[in-house]
Amino acid sequence: MKKVKIKSLFLNGLTIVLCLLYLFPIYLILVNSFKSRAEMYENMLAAPSRFSFKYYISALEKMNFFTSVRNSLILTVVSILIIVVFTSMTAWMFARSNNRLSTILFDLLIATMLIPFQTIMMPLMQEMNWFKTTLHIPMTDTIPGLIFMYLGFGAGMGVFLYHGFITGIPLSLEEAATIDGCNTWSTFWKIVFPMLKPTTMTVIILDVIWIWNDYLLPSLTLKSTINRTIPISTAKFFGQYTISWNEAMAALVVTIIPVVIFYLICQKYIVEGVAAGAVKG
Amino acid sequence: MKIKKGWYALFTAPLMIVFMIVVVIPFIIGIGYSFFSWDGLLKHKAEFIGLKNYIDVFQDTRFLESTVRTTIFTIIAVVTVNVIGVIFALVVTTRLRVRNVARTLLFMPYLIGGLILGYIWKAVFQEYFLSIDWGNWTSDPTKGIIAMIIVTTWQLAGYVMIVYITGIMAIPNDVMEAAMVDGANYFQTLFRVKFPLLMPSFTICLFLTLSNCFKIYDVNISLTGAGPGNKLEMFSLNIYNEIFSLSNFGYGQAKAIIFFFIIALITLAQVTITKKREVSM
Repeated sequence: MKKVKIKSLFLNGLTIVLCLLYLFPIYLILVNSFKSRAEMYENMLAAPSRFSFKYYISALEKMNFFTSVRNSLILTVVSILIIVVFTSMTAWMFARSNNRLSTILFDLLIATMLIPFQTIMMPLMQEMNWFKTTLHIPMTDTIPGLIFMYLGFGAGMGVFLYHGFITGIPLSLEEAATIDGCNTWSTFWKIVFPMLKPTTMTVIILDVIWIWNDYLLPSLTLKSTINRTIPISTAKFFGQYTISWNEAMAALVVTIIPVVIFYLICQKYIVEGVAAGAVKG
Repeated sequence: MKIKKGWYALFTAPLMIVFMIVVVIPFIIGIGYSFFSWDGLLKHKAEFIGLKNYIDVFQDTRFLESTVRTTIFTIIAVVTVNVIGVIFALVVTTRLRVRNVARTLLFMPYLIGGLILGYIWKAVFQEYFLSIDWGNWTSDPTKGIIAMIIVTTWQLAGYVMIVYITGIMAIPNDVMEAAMVDGANYFQTLFRVKFPLLMPSFTICLFLTLSNCFKIYDVNISLTGAGPGNKLEMFSLNIYNEIFSLSNFGYGQAKAIIFFFIIALITLAQVTITKKREVSM
């Protein structure tokens, strides 16, 4: 009995130690962000002898961190809100109307999920510039323009996930609502949409991970400092200055803090959402 | 269910219009651009050159080398990601008391975007390795690739782990018990019972990692860049540089179309092959 206990203690301990070793890079940036330059290069693995927040303050300032967080938050939240509203509505219509048009459009949405972003980035930017110069609609270098593009890119996966879920729901509830005098609009929002909650969670989680971290698309459209998102300001930070690594590490620590907070709060949903998205995608 | 045309349009048109503008039209324009020679300046006229861009690709050593490099990277990374992901999944589905903590820690890297991950690991492969006299891996043609494989594995192993966990949990207990009663040892049950039943999970994960790895961009940008003599430039970055750095819009777009065909081909091939195998199991 005692042997079993020791063995289990050993295995549990070993697993945790290995997991922590796996996160070694995070440890490295964390400890060195508090050290002085001399102390850092003396031994990068050692814990800091005293905690100095000097580099944090300068990194936050150089990155315009709080502006970037605000931009990233607005971009992510509004994009996802719009994606959820429009993809669920469209998917419901496609699932409940058996006409050719729905089939064709649905297949088109799924097929285009194969297109890598790099394939359309240049013509997309040409088109958006044309919107700006010819039609005077400010599509480039604005957060709303970017949200518009995220709706287009998020359409395929959103409709696909909702469509799969809706085809599994029996029609009877919706028919009953119609008989009771609900019009199509309120049937959807009062009866159908609340039932879609599991898929809505999946769509939200997958799109948060995608939009919050996306770099290439915003880097092509956002040019003004004031509009930068977190990935953009991080890239600018690493590109612009002859980097002091203490400061760079402090910058990296603060950029992953929002992600870690999000993860700790929504862990259950995130794991479920990612699994559902991967299996169905 | 009878749906009026007006409601149908109201529910689907907004999303479909945005989707057409953002994805479909740029894709079609993009195919057009690939037959032209153009430097991206509106005052210069684009010249129609037919298939010349697609033929020139075969004499472009920088491009061909980046294609080979990306292929090698993808093959190795797909193996490392999935092997490590399966091992993680097997560990966290045991009865270890720390299994949930382990799962939480191992999945975390996936939530931090590729760009930030690249910078975090640059602290390891550049600053830390220099401090212990291992040299700077991020600027070495071979070690740079190894570094990218390590970072990609670090990012995606926890992700595929989630999918494998779902697969392992779905295996009925009585199957495992029957194998044990029949006297199968751990490795026999693993290879003869668990892995064959995990085929659908392997399908999903191979497909996801293949296209994910071939599309590598963010990690490439932040960890190594194109590197000395462009020896670390991957496929996506090559397209980006051809268009936005060298201003060969038509030629770069032809590469982007080729990129689309490669991604579509591996995705479709992967799905067909593994679908077949599942049936015969």
